[in-house]
Amino acid sequence: MVKQQANWSPYDNNGGSCVAIAGADYCVIAADTRMSTGYNILTREYSKICKLADKCVMASSGFQADVKALQKQLAARHLIYQHQHNKQMSCPAMAQLLSNTLYYKRFFPYYSFNVLGGLDNEGKGCVFTYDAVGSYEKVGYSSQGSGSTLITPFLDNQLKSPSPLLLPVQDAVTPLVEAEAIDLVKTVFASASERDIYTGDKIEIVVVNATGIRREYMELRKD
Amino acid sequence: MFRNQYDTDVTTWSPAGRLFQVEYAMEAVKQGSAAIGLRSKTHIVLGCVNKANSELSSHQKKIFKVDDHIGVAIAGLTADGRVLSRYMRNECINYSFTYESPLPVGRLVVQLADKAQVCTQRSWKRPYGVGLLVAGLDESGAHLYYNCPSGNYFEYQAFAIGSRSQAAKTYLERRFKNFSDSSRDNLVKDALMAIRETLQGETLKSSICTVAVVGVGEPFHILDQETVQQMIDAFEIVGEQEGPAAEPDAAAAAAAGQEAAAADQGGSTEEGVAPMDI
Repeated sequence: MVKQQANWSPYDNNGGSCVAIAGADYCVIAADTRMSTGYNILTREYSKICKLADKCVMASSGFQADVKALQKQLAARHLIYQHQHNKQMSCPAMAQLLSNTLYYKRFFPYYSFNVLGGLDNEGKGCVFTYDAVGSYEKVGYSSQGSGSTLITPFLDNQLKSPSPLLLPVQDAVTPLVEAEAIDLVKTVFASASERDIYTGDKIEIVVVNATGIRREYMELRKD
Repeated sequence: MFRNQYDTDVTTWSPAGRLFQVEYAMEAVKQGSAAIGLRSKTHIVLGCVNKANSELSSHQKKIFKVDDHIGVAIAGLTADGRVLSRYMRNECINYSFTYESPLPVGRLVVQLADKAQVCTQRSWKRPYGVGLLVAGLDESGAHLYYNCPSGNYFEYQAFAIGSRSQAAKTYLERRFKNFSDSSRDNLVKDALMAIRETLQGETLKSSICTVAVVGVGEPFHILDQETVQQMIDAFEIVGEQEGPAAEPDAAAAAAAGQEAAAADQGGSTEEGVAPMDI
């Protein structure tokens, strides 16, 4: 008697990559805009980035239906927080909320690989990186998604000081200025889209700094 | 109002067909400090008087943001009002989550009214002792509703509740025909004048009143003290000049007979029709 196997899966992987880099007074969060299933492209213009609070932005790759549900949950919880506390949630507070929300579904997880970026209470850039069930860590930079295996080693090499590979840990944030960090992100995605079939079309780059949140785009290979 | 043998619990009818506990709850609303609301085609303004218990304490919050498009001003037991505001906020969040669109105001007030009605028909509950002026904007336009502890609700062009609200209502009845096409700023000025009527001679300052606005392109928000003080200063001077001009209007209105189009449901509770029967 062979164990019965499922004839369908509740999950799908829509591919794509996300990156976030924290600076002294800014944070860059970027993701490609391609949504795929299997070897097919569903759309070239899908945003994986969501603004959760005034100074807090999340990028998620994985199963976009779960990502959407997760974003809606967090948005509703943020509204409740604002009613109760009369202010916006800080990035570290949102980071904990995201972790708790993910673990809540530990036994039917959100298939969502998240990267949270923003400014902490002192205005310094911060990035939090997650697995699908809510394990998280504050880091200086992070990458998730189908291209992460290509992107992370490159970031380790370029952003030497915030790298967790150095012991003792030196800086929590990169000494790069905003323009240099954005350039690095563009380079990284251009390289990733060469080898990763699920990454391409366009990058959406969101920058959070003291003046607010700004968005820009860059074209990538369409193949 | 006199005590009698039919007013012990809410599930006892009086021989005249009244529920005295519910009427007593409506009395609680009349004891609270005044709250007023008025609307035009595109904006709704809520205002209230903030009376602190003593100079040492802060005043109670009487205006609550429920959602970007809905706000509420309360009079009566503010604790009950706080709890109902939390309920309204939850309903708005849940509706937005499911339908990705804002909760229509008319739906929210019906849910509130049904919630209030439950408390008039359970022996282990008591009616909410708070009146709510719900101001909201949705696809069908600008709305102002009054929710009563009895479970009734009414839509108004302008209304006032709480202590000395009759003075504000008189002012609003005189002016309500102009509100529909009023500009946002004039609407706020009218709200401040209505609040002033309830103060019976006391000077109107931004420290003793709160004003909130919601309108087309303007999410619900409470105006900050400076803005309110500026508006008070702007019209206070004009108010003095308008004094003599206003009196002939008042006399004409009184002569023509009171128009009850901005229906006054605050009603008498002497023998006769029970207030929530209308």
